[in-house]
Amino acid sequence: MEFLSYLISGISLGSVYAIIALGYTMVYGIAKMLNFAHGDVIMVGGYISFCAMFYLHLPNVVAVLLAVVVCTLLGIFIERLAYKPLRNAPSLAVLITAIGVSYFLQNSALLIWKAAARSYTPVVTGTASLLDGRLSVSYISLLTIVACVVIMLSLTLFVSKSKMGKAMRACSEDKAAAQLMGINVNATISATFAIGSALAAIAGVLLCSFNTSLMPTTGSMPGIKAFTAAVFGGIGSIPGAFLGGLLLGIIEALAKAYVSTTLANAIVFAVLIVVLLVKPAGLLGRSVPEKV
Amino acid sequence: MGEILKVDDIHVYYGSIHAVKGVSFEVNEGEVVTLIGANGAGKSTILNTVSGLLHPKTGSVVFEGRDLKGVAPHKIVEYGLAQVPEGRHIFQQMSVEENLQMGAYTQLNATVEPGIADVYERFPRLAERRRQIAGTLSGGEQQMLAMGRALMSRPKLLMLDEPSMGLAPILVEQIFDIIRELHSAGTTILLVEQNAQAALSVADRAYVLETGRISLTGTGAELMASDAVRKAYLGG
Repeated sequence: MEFLSYLISGISLGSVYAIIALGYTMVYGIAKMLNFAHGDVIMVGGYISFCAMFYLHLPNVVAVLLAVVVCTLLGIFIERLAYKPLRNAPSLAVLITAIGVSYFLQNSALLIWKAAARSYTPVVTGTASLLDGRLSVSYISLLTIVACVVIMLSLTLFVSKSKMGKAMRACSEDKAAAQLMGINVNATISATFAIGSALAAIAGVLLCSFNTSLMPTTGSMPGIKAFTAAVFGGIGSIPGAFLGGLLLGIIEALAKAYVSTTLANAIVFAVLIVVLLVKPAGLLGRSVPEKV
Repeated sequence: MGEILKVDDIHVYYGSIHAVKGVSFEVNEGEVVTLIGANGAGKSTILNTVSGLLHPKTGSVVFEGRDLKGVAPHKIVEYGLAQVPEGRHIFQQMSVEENLQMGAYTQLNATVEPGIADVYERFPRLAERRRQIAGTLSGGEQQMLAMGRALMSRPKLLMLDEPSMGLAPILVEQIFDIIRELHSAGTTILLVEQNAQAALSVADRAYVLETGRISLTGTGAELMASDAVRKAYLGG
């Protein structure tokens, strides 16, 4: 029973990673860039929902929606301002810019909300008692798992069936050919950032609800872990990000429970290295041979 | 027969390389016009400039009376210009049908299904493979898909860049048969080819390009008979 409860906490932690990783992977797949500021958008989502609930006393649902709207706009704004001018620049320049944006967001948060950790009231409280009371699972864990599955399925459906989603896949493969189809590549990339950032806001609310605390660096470590999860599952792949996130969360939770809390992160990254040695494209990644 | 495309004295550069040096030509409605010339003569550069992927430093491109200066490539598609790029550039990881849907991106939803049916009628092979991932098609099938995809936008002008490239002779013949069919159905075509013989045989008019300049012009038949063209491009 103890194992089961560790497993569930691993799955719910992994679900948060997966939601963040889905944003990473969408943006990477279409814009072909690693948006290292993604983790900090999570933090902004956390603060917006925190302020909405704590200062404005808005209902939780409204607070979450507000965070989603603000982060979506922030994502579009960041892309327009920082990344779009670098569309034809070397990828290293884009990467460094993304790191710059990440620091910019963290330090802006430091300026606005100060360094001290805020205590965050979970958006959903309470615990479900399962199996005749032998297993208790918090509602926020259940909500996180359900949210993650719903998001993964709707994204998959969106990308495979909708006109916009297909245009995203076309841009991902060949931007020049996509333009010759009449697809507005810039608008498509903007839409991708909007979706990724909206997911980051949801992840931010869930993450802060787990940790019950919030500070300007809240997003960095989960951001890096989720990036790892995306690579682990095969970056660019939506089911890959989902699987990678879940596995990462489970490995982390079990390592914390049975090996050592301090070694947990080391074990997580060791597993990543082993997986990449065996499958360089990640678990579900397509290994595309370099075109000559 | 109205003028549909007018290219006037365009100069195009890649960085410091002067690739197209003052080229002018026009395409009239219903015509097949071909640009022939050796590798590196600037043929693809001209098509990419017309479709807005490249920008001329000077000179103008006017499509149906509209100056295309500063117009984004996706807008130019909306105006009714479709390009089949060199090397086909189909979406390898998407299915045949999804590729066709992408070709109809600028069209109203209601016209997509009939458009796909038209393409399947013209290219029955594509209908057989509609669910197949496009990257697994043969070279000839990929060229048909690229052409079908371009036709999905119901273009007023279809630009074909090296449609015969890398294909077996029998497939080249098939592709040119299709071009003849499209021509007789009234499609206006601007064709860029290294296979001068085949291109001149379908063309109403032709331009010969040499290192970024037009060196000769005439009807397809005239150029086919010209000594200079025969020596340079038709193997004597």
